[in-house]
Formats: sequence, structure tokens, C-alpha cells
Amino acid sequence: MNELQFLTWVRGTGLNIAVAIFLLGVTWRLFEIYSLGRKKDLSMPRHASGASGFHTVFRRSLAPPGMLKRSPVSYIGGYVFHIGLAVVVFGFAPHILLISNLTGLSWPGLPSQFIDLAAVVTMAAMLVMLFDRISKPVKRFLSTFEDWFTWALTFLPVLTGWMAVQHLLLPYTTMLALHILSVEILLIVLPFTKLFHAFTLFGSRWYNGRVNAHKGVPV
Amino acid sequence: MSATLEKGIRVLKEVIDAPIASYFNSCVHCGLCAEACLFYTETGDPKYTPIHKLEPLRRIYEQEYTLLGRLKKMVGLSKAVTDDELDQWQALVYNSCTLCGRCSAVCPVGNDIVYMVRKFREGMSASGHAPAGIKDAVTRTVTVGSPMNVKLPALRAQMKHVEEDYGIPIPLDVEGAEYMVVLSSMEIMNFPEYLAAVAKIMQQAGKTWTLCSTAFEATNAGIQIGNSDLAKVIVLRIVEGAETLKVKTVISPECGHAYTALRWEGPNLIGRPFGFEVKHIIEVLGEFQAQRLLQTEGFETDRLTFHDPCQLVRRGGVIQQPRTLMNMVAKNFVEMPDAGYMNWCCGGGGGASAIEAGEDLRLEAFKKKKSQFDAVKPDRVVTACANCRIVLEESLEHYKMDIPVIGLTEMIADHISEPVPQAAAKPEGA
Amino acid sequence: MQGPLIDTLARQGVSRRTFLKYCATLASMMALPPAAGLAMAEAMAAARRPSVIWLPFQECTGCTESFTRSHSPTLEGMIFDMISLDYQETLMAAAGHQAEAARHTAMRDNAGKYLLVIDGSIPLDQDGAYSCIGGRSNLDILKEAAEGAAAIIAMGTCASYGGIPKANPNPTGAVSVSDIIKDKPIVNIPGCPPIPVVMTGVLAHYLTFGSLPELDAKGRPKAFYGETIHDRCYRRPFYDQGKFAKTFDDEGARRGWCLFELGCKGPVTYNACATVKWNGGTSWPVESGHGCLGCSEPDFWDAGGFYKALSLPADPLKFAAAAAVVGTGAGVAIGFANRSKKGGAKSAHETTTLDDLEA
Repeated sequence: MNELQFLTWVRGTGLNIAVAIFLLGVTWRLFEIYSLGRKKDLSMPRHASGASGFHTVFRRSLAPPGMLKRSPVSYIGGYVFHIGLAVVVFGFAPHILLISNLTGLSWPGLPSQFIDLAAVVTMAAMLVMLFDRISKPVKRFLSTFEDWFTWALTFLPVLTGWMAVQHLLLPYTTMLALHILSVEILLIVLPFTKLFHAFTLFGSRWYNGRVNAHKGVPV
Repeated sequence: MSATLEKGIRVLKEVIDAPIASYFNSCVHCGLCAEACLFYTETGDPKYTPIHKLEPLRRIYEQEYTLLGRLKKMVGLSKAVTDDELDQWQALVYNSCTLCGRCSAVCPVGNDIVYMVRKFREGMSASGHAPAGIKDAVTRTVTVGSPMNVKLPALRAQMKHVEEDYGIPIPLDVEGAEYMVVLSSMEIMNFPEYLAAVAKIMQQAGKTWTLCSTAFEATNAGIQIGNSDLAKVIVLRIVEGAETLKVKTVISPECGHAYTALRWEGPNLIGRPFGFEVKHIIEVLGEFQAQRLLQTEGFETDRLTFHDPCQLVRRGGVIQQPRTLMNMVAKNFVEMPDAGYMNWCCGGGGGASAIEAGEDLRLEAFKKKKSQFDAVKPDRVVTACANCRIVLEESLEHYKMDIPVIGLTEMIADHISEPVPQAAAKPEGA
Repeated sequence: MQGPLIDTLARQGVSRRTFLKYCATLASMMALPPAAGLAMAEAMAAARRPSVIWLPFQECTGCTESFTRSHSPTLEGMIFDMISLDYQETLMAAAGHQAEAARHTAMRDNAGKYLLVIDGSIPLDQDGAYSCIGGRSNLDILKEAAEGAAAIIAMGTCASYGGIPKANPNPTGAVSVSDIIKDKPIVNIPGCPPIPVVMTGVLAHYLTFGSLPELDAKGRPKAFYGETIHDRCYRRPFYDQGKFAKTFDDEGARRGWCLFELGCKGPVTYNACATVKWNGGTSWPVESGHGCLGCSEPDFWDAGGFYKALSLPADPLKFAAAAAVVGTGAGVAIGFANRSKKGGAKSAHETTTLDDLEA
């Protein structure tokens, strides 16, 4: 298989397989999780402004009082790499084209120099987070194989994408193919690992917000 | 005699619900919950990371309710939970968790960790892994009616003392009173001033109230041990008492978990909404204040700070009222760092103060509270939970800090002017 | 016709000065040092023209056309003066047995020294019956001719990589020269058609240095195939700014913006079109407003649609809807199983009494 065949495969068959497993996994897991249901709360609710599941979905994106100081690396590193990922995924013109082709939604892309910078910053933040996971006792204690594995799977698409654009190490065609392949692996693994928090996070925040809003506590 | 692992797992299968599934799937092992837990911050030991305290529950969830988990268990990739393991976890789930809920307030993916600990305790207690101290408290509450063995004659004796000392009658079993007041044993035995304070406040507000001879104890160790069946037995006494006396509102005493047990868990334990309202005494005082039924005179002039009981504030939603009340009677009220919604636990909530084996750890964790006190250097500490009060007093003594702890209700009552003429000495409609 | 090249050129009215200039240009195109131009000129001027046998297989003659239709007199045309073209079916006057005889003569006389140029792919299915010359299959002829060749030049994408004949489903079982011949140096000059000057450059290098130019992993001269069309494209700044033509007749297209979204394969195509251009430097596909097809890359015909951007799925997402349905089905089934398990646990509930707290 030559590079172009490889690229064609990942853009064709490979993508089909990955997207199929991804969608299958996401729907399966969402039903598996949320069909467990929960009991209705029979206690009389207390109402308070700013307390609802919906509020918490958004509010929990901000660091609660005092926490930024206690764990600056987790918060700043976390913000930088999540926002960086979003910028790179949704701001790079070829990515937008893919999305618009699949969904019809389109928006202006960001200059490639900016995307380039965002990719480098994202990778730097991810490396810092990795180092933090290794060096901080709590994180190291909590870490399992899955944590290292998913870190690598998230890092690789950014790295290969950046290297493809920069023409580093391998010819562009090969690197582009590896980039797409790494994204496909990420898609396949996402529903079955902690990466699924990208979906369940909203449910979790909503439940937490709602349970506490019932008591009049805006969490 | 009949607690088994199998029974524990079956109970956990009952209580695992969609929120728990969502929470476990959202956890990214970021470790931020540890930073919110005083048992971690004061010891630096990673095993106190809140989400780690739930590891057996996570595995049971995964093995019972996910397809991949079932497969993993089948091929031996996921080990079954054992009695030994749960035994090891006892100290993590009980001794080092006060159900304070700070972890739930910080988790970036929104996991309500304390919600899960509460449910995990159902399985722990059903499989016989609850600590002896709490088991004893539950046994006393269910058999005698009080975790401290307080019986009706003891209450009657205290009522008599208060009536004599303050000259205010304490009504008992008055049908149709507006409020039914329940107490914690701690208040009956250690802080009878509370009963006097309530009497004074009610008198000034002109409200009818009563105690109930079959349901004067509010504390519910069943909640702390995490057993809904037993918690239900305890809470039913109050429900039956309140419904017999046809009161409009039951007033939970200055006790955090009693409030949680009655106000939030109660209707869910008995499986139907209450025919009466449940309010914490501080909430009631807040209402009286807003309705101008609470008139105080004079001020405390020494430096006071307010310790937020977790179950009342962060877990109960009564956040602003204590501050309003403090400002009514205190000239020099200072807030400690992280006060209010994010205040730190005294270290003895959720039943932890009943566990003897956890005492050293509790004192270690108290360093957090100590540092808060050190930051504001109060002359006295005010709080609104008898358990917080006892734990604070004991711990302050241990660290040789001379800071008296007082109850907010009593402090308010101290500033109530002498009986106003129109106040009803006798409950109306009685 | 066997005298030194310079004499032949002089007879055609090409001055020494023009020839020197040409050699200098060629040398610079191949990224050789300036002195190489002079050396090249001297070597070529004096060289005896090598014998070249040009075999057309499964092809369309586009590669030959590309050469011969160059404006006359072009310097690329000189290729035919640099060599002794002893066999080329399209161009030679001889036919039938005479043509075959000419080939055999050249092969015998120049054994081990002649250059073999191939255009077209070689069909292997049905024992090569899809393409035969004089009753012999291309495969046979290739093997025979390669035997005594000094080197082989695979002209065009078909000879280099199989090209259009090999496109899915490849009915003739077409393969490239390098799929068959393993023991001879082979230079691939892919392109559909290839750029004529590349051929000239390779020959000039061979005549000057007696060796083939440096090749990349795909057997292409690095000098011409070292960079992608995209990297050398004059529209590249628009790509970097995110300015793309969305259709062939929109404002962006009129302003000459990047054609990436219209399916340009420039980013994955290694060729010299953007610098050398076509038709004597007049223009090239992207300059004329159409994206690169990637014709010099292996399997370009099957690399997704020509008008489909590289970042898009080559296939529409075929199984997406089905996967979502299956996932939902599985999820719902597990959901029911879970609920009945939970229900079972509930109905098996034994109310805890105080005794039950003890193990």
C-alpha cells in the first residue's frame, strides 16, 4: 500500500469503520447509562435563583472559589488544552470543510499561522498535564492504564496534524493519512473510555445541579 | 447476623441509578476532588481522594450495569468485590468522609460524589461493613429512641428545669400547634439552653408550638450509617407524631444531618410527601426576622465568626439566613476564609464523630478549621449544629485553643427583650 | 546521425550560446551547482548519442503527444537530437517486420548500453492478452528488452505506477514496470502526461555524469519531484489565510483564491508543474483555474473524487445511520436488561433490621 492508497483508505473505508463504531458506541453507551433512571424526589423543593441543572452545566466550567489557587496546573492546563483542541478542531479550514460537508454548517476559518500556534500551545499544555499526572501524588495514585492511553490517543491527532502541516519527519501524504488514522482510533475508543466524559459531562453536571437545586443550593 | 456481601451487592444494585452511571463515566481522574477534601488536604495521603473512596461501587456498577464490564468480569479483567476489600474501604467510606459535599461542589465534570458515598453506605451497611460506633448509635436510636439513650423522663426533667429557670412553659403534645419542635439528644443533655431559646423566641413571635412525647428525637443515625430501612423507622416516628398532632411545620433542631434526614430524605424514605413542612430552626428564625416577629436588643461586641454546618448550608440551602441573624446581634462579625457555601467541615459530620477509630484522623483534619480560625482570630465561634459544636469544642481543646463555641439560636434568644405583654404564654387554640 | 550532438544542433541552427544557456537552465532546474551547466554542455556536446528503444504498452500515446506537440522549435524537442531513437512505433517510419527487425538490431548492437523507455502499463491478466505487439505480449517484450538495457525510464504514470489502466477494478491486471523488472535501474517520470523537460533533464544527467539522477522512494528524480504542488503553488498564501474558492465561478475563483475546497490534490502531489509550468511556461492547471488532479501520484484515479477536498471523506459515510440504529438498539436492550436486574434486586429486598447490621 502506497501513501496515497493509505490516505484514500483512511479517508474512505477507515473513516466509515471509525464513524460507524463511534456512533454505535455513543448511542449504545448513552442508552446504557441513562436508561438506569432515577427516583423522583418526593421532598418539597426549595427554590433559589441560579440553582438548576442547566445553570450547573455552564457554571461548572469555571473554577469554584479557591480551587484555582489549590490546583493551578489542572485548571489552567485543562482550560488551555480543551480550548486549544476546540480552536484547532473547529477553526482549521480543512476541518470546517469536513464539518460543512457532513452537516451543512459552515463558518469562517482561522488563519493557519494562528492554528499552528494553537496546536503548539495545546501540545505544550498536554505535556504539562502529563507531567502533572506523573508528578502529583493524587493524580499518579488515581491513574490507570486508561489514563495514559487516552492521553496518548488525544495527543497523537494534534501531533500528527501539526507535523503534516509543518512537513516534519514524513511526507505530507503519509502524515496526513496518519493524522486521519489517529483521529479514527480516537473516535473508536472514545465511547468506551473516560473520553466519554465529552458526552456524559453534560448529564453529570445537570444531575448534580438539579439534585442540589432541589435543595436551593446553586452548585 | 445476616449481613452478607451478597446482600450488600444486591442493595447496591437497587440504588445504582442513572446519575451514578453518568458520574462514573464522566470521571477523568483529575484529582481535583482531593483538593476539596479536608482529609486529603490535611494529611496529603492520596487514598483520601473522594472518588477513590468509591472504587468498589464503581466496579460493581461496571460489572452489573455495563456490557463491557460484564465481559471484563467474565474474562477476569475486572475482579469481583470481596468482603476483605469492603472491610478495607470501611475507613475510607465512613471515618474519612463526613458527607460534607465539598467534592461535589468542585468536580469539574459535575460528579455529585457525596451522593454516591451516601448510596455506597447502603451497600456497606447491608454487607456488615459499617463501623461499630455508628452501628451502636443506630441500635440505640431504634431501640431506645435516641443515640445517647435519652428517654422521655430525661426530656421531662429538662423541660421542668427550663420552665423553672426561665419562667416559660414548655408545651408537650399540643394538638394543632403551628410548630412541632424536635431536638437532638445532644441538645437535651448538653445544651438545654436551646430549648429555652426556642421557647423565648416562640413566645416573642406569638406562635404556637409543641414538643411531642413520641417523637422528640430528631437525629437519625440511619442516614449516617446509610441504611434506608432503619432511617425510615426513625423518621416515621416524627412523621407520625407530627401528623397525630396536626402541626403545620416541624422544626429541625440545630443539627445538620437531622435536617437532611427529615427535610430532604424523609419523604423519600417513607415513599410519600409529608403533610407538613420541615424547616430548620435557622430558617424559621430567618422568617420571623423577615416578618418582624423577631426583635432583638443589644449587641455582642467581641469578635465572632460563623462556622457553616455542611448539611445546613452547602447541603441544605440555608446560606444567607445565618448571616442576617448574626448581624442582628453581633457588632464584630467576621467571616472566615471560604465561609458560606464553600466552608470546610468541622471533621465530624456524617457519623464520623461516632467512630472512635477515626479520632486521630479527625483531629488531623481539624487543622483545616484551625487554620481558618487562625486567619480571623475570633473570640468566639457561632454555629448552628450541635454535632459541629461538640466536635469543634473537643478539637479546639485538643489544640489548646481557647475559643468558646455557641449556638446561633441561643445567641439570638439571649438578645430577645423580656416577655412582651401580648405574647401568648399559652398556646392558642390548644 | 551518429556524430556529436553539437554538430547536429549546429546543422539545425541552434547556436552554441543557446545550447549553453539551455544547459545552465536545465542544471538549475535540477538543483545542480552552476558549474554543472557548463560540464553538462561540454559532455553532451561531445557525447555520442546513446541508443534509445521506446516501447509503448497499454497507453494512450498522451505521453508521446506531450513531447512531440511541444511548440517547435523548443529546446525540449532537442531530446530527439540527444539520442538515437532506434525504435518508437508512433514516430518511426518502419512498420511490421521491419520495425521489429530494427528493434532487434538496436538491442543486439547496443547490448548492455541502450536506454529503454517505456510508456504505458503492462497487463498481466489472461497471460497479457489485453495488449500484444506482433503477437507477443507486453510482458514478454518488456522482459526481453530489459535484459540488455543499461537503464529503464518509465515515462508517465501508467509505466511508473500502473496509471489509469490500473484504476479500480483494474480489468486487465495492469502493473507498472517496476512491478516486473527488479534488476535494472528504473527512473519513474510520472505524470499524465509527464513534464517533457523532466525527460530531457534525466537524459542530460545520464549523458553528463553517466548515471541516473538521485531518486526518491518512489523512483522519481528528486530534482523535479522533491516538493508538492501545494508548497510551490502561487495560490498558497490564500490557503494560509483561509481564503478558498467555493465554486468555479464565485468571487473567490475570480480572485484566484485557493482551490483546496474544490478538490485540488496539490498538497499530496509531488511534481514540478508549479515551477516549470506547461506549454513553454505559459500556464499550468491551477493557474488556469482548476485544481490539481494529482496525476503524477500512484492510484490518483482512485483517490476520492477530483472535486472532493482532501479533508473530506472519500466515501460518503455509508454505515453511519445504520450504526446509530444498531447502537440505539443495543443500548435499549441493555437498558431493559439493566432495569429488570434492578427490579429483581428491588423485589428481593429484605428489610434491614438492627440484627442485619452484623455480618
